Amino acid sequence: MKILVCISHVPDTTSKIDFTDNDSKFDTNGVQFVINPYDEFVLTRAMWFKEKQGATITVVNVGNASTEPTLRKALAIGADDAIRVNTEATDGFYVAKQLAEVAKNGNYDLILAGKESIDYNGGMVPGMLASILNYNFINACIAVEVDGNKVSASREIDGGKELITCDLPLVIGGQKGVVEEKDLRIPNMRGIMMARKKPLTIVEPVSFNPTTASVNFGKPAAKGAVKLIDADNVSELINLLHNEAKVI
Amino acid sequence: MCVLVFAESSEGKFKKIALEVTSYGKKIAEALNTNLEVLTINANDTSILANYGADKIIKVSDEKLLSFNAKAYANVIKQVTEKNSATVIVIDSSANGIYLAPLVASNLEAGYASKVIAAPSSTSPFIVKRQAFSNKAFCNTEITTAKKVIGLAKNSFGLFEHNSNATEESFTASLTDNDFGISSTAVETSAGKVTIADADIVVSGGRGLKGPENWGMIEELAEVLGAATACSKPVSDLGWRPHSEHVGQTGKPVASNLYIAIGISGAIQHLAGINSSKVKVVINTDPEAPFFKAADYGIVGDAFEVVPQIIEKLKEFKAQNA
Repeated sequence: MKILVCISHVPDTTSKIDFTDNDSKFDTNGVQFVINPYDEFVLTRAMWFKEKQGATITVVNVGNASTEPTLRKALAIGADDAIRVNTEATDGFYVAKQLAEVAKNGNYDLILAGKESIDYNGGMVPGMLASILNYNFINACIAVEVDGNKVSASREIDGGKELITCDLPLVIGGQKGVVEEKDLRIPNMRGIMMARKKPLTIVEPVSFNPTTASVNFGKPAAKGAVKLIDADNVSELINLLHNEAKVI
Repeated sequence: MCVLVFAESSEGKFKKIALEVTSYGKKIAEALNTNLEVLTINANDTSILANYGADKIIKVSDEKLLSFNAKAYANVIKQVTEKNSATVIVIDSSANGIYLAPLVASNLEAGYASKVIAAPSSTSPFIVKRQAFSNKAFCNTEITTAKKVIGLAKNSFGLFEHNSNATEESFTASLTDNDFGISSTAVETSAGKVTIADADIVVSGGRGLKGPENWGMIEELAEVLGAATACSKPVSDLGWRPHSEHVGQTGKPVASNLYIAIGISGAIQHLAGINSSKVKVVINTDPEAPFFKAADYGIVGDAFEVVPQIIEKLKEFKAQNA
């Protein structure tokens, strides 16, 4: 089985979020970048397929040269080779078009991506990619098994889960559940050394007009101070929630 | 030209979010000086949509669409969009909504803005405000294509009554086997429980509760309030509660009217996931817990003493206000 794992290069979850250039750009100053957490779950699932059932894993990122350490980390975790599409990832549809081109050229059976990135949170790339390729698609996937050409999977729905069957080729927008948090891998020294020698191919983007543009960014208004209520007077909390906040 | 809203129904009935996207669609239709058309698939009684501004209700009835199928539903929306020349398509942010919206956008070669939290600030250029950076920021996004797809974040716009004389029209979509590559074999839901996605109130517990055996009072408080239960990431990682209850940056987002955090210190990742909630209450023994900076109301105290008192007082309150 040939697996393609789409990797987004995002600020670490603890990063302070600020903007620069009249609030038009994310301020990367002092920010640590990591593999998008949702992508980490699906990459680990890909490793499971590789080790238990036999598969090759290509990782791909759409981004400029600054994203290469993130791709190298994916190689250190155990992917076989990497592709970087050499362009800025500004619009989800544009990114999906670039990934579709890579997918067509590589003829992958299974394409795994996190359900969204934790920076722009578009949640659109996996679905658009599947749609462009006319592949099956499962979003918010929390379990996936492959037997030959047959897939059984489940996805999270509001208040439960749905069990699904389909055939390959398939695109998955995955999240925690495809593997557990404790199964996520940290690259070891041997993996890091090997990753340096693994192929990282740079391809140029195909032309496609972006469909959206980020005009500017802002941060939610600061909150007023918390109203503290004495622990011996919980009736006051109920009174405030009822009469002031009007939520009960 | 028109604005098209997809009003999702479940077993023939509309949920609140269907009325919220309809209200939102009306707002855009007014700004563009055009009609609001609302698409329903296998819904029974659609009259309520006329209370929220629908000018035309398009009814699709198809046995093949009784269970949700993202690709097939997206194809139906595409066909209606093209037939009725819709320029803006609004879809909710339910699990099904976020599944199908990217497919709709791709089918139509349309720009898609997800997690939108306000009416467009301008319709030419077309600019909407959306959540970004896992709720730590927002982004004003311009959609530059002729057709535009908007994913409206839950509980971000509200319901606005707007009585209209809606006409009805039935529509038959042409679908092929290619639209049904995914088969749903079973749906498992916890019956009778309020889901985090639908809940107006969420009661959430953290590591301060010391162990899964202490969740009884969380569940009791939730029951009194008609709330959903949730938990912090460490609690789900420790296996005290199922992953489906994990709320936060990499868990479920919460956009409830009231969020009550018990024994949760308020790590930045947790706050990111819950800060769309309108009113936040924190109960924690540590007055320095970061959650006190993010909350509207706080009690510094031991949850094991405070929560049972709240339950008791709430029961009295509910009895008086029943």
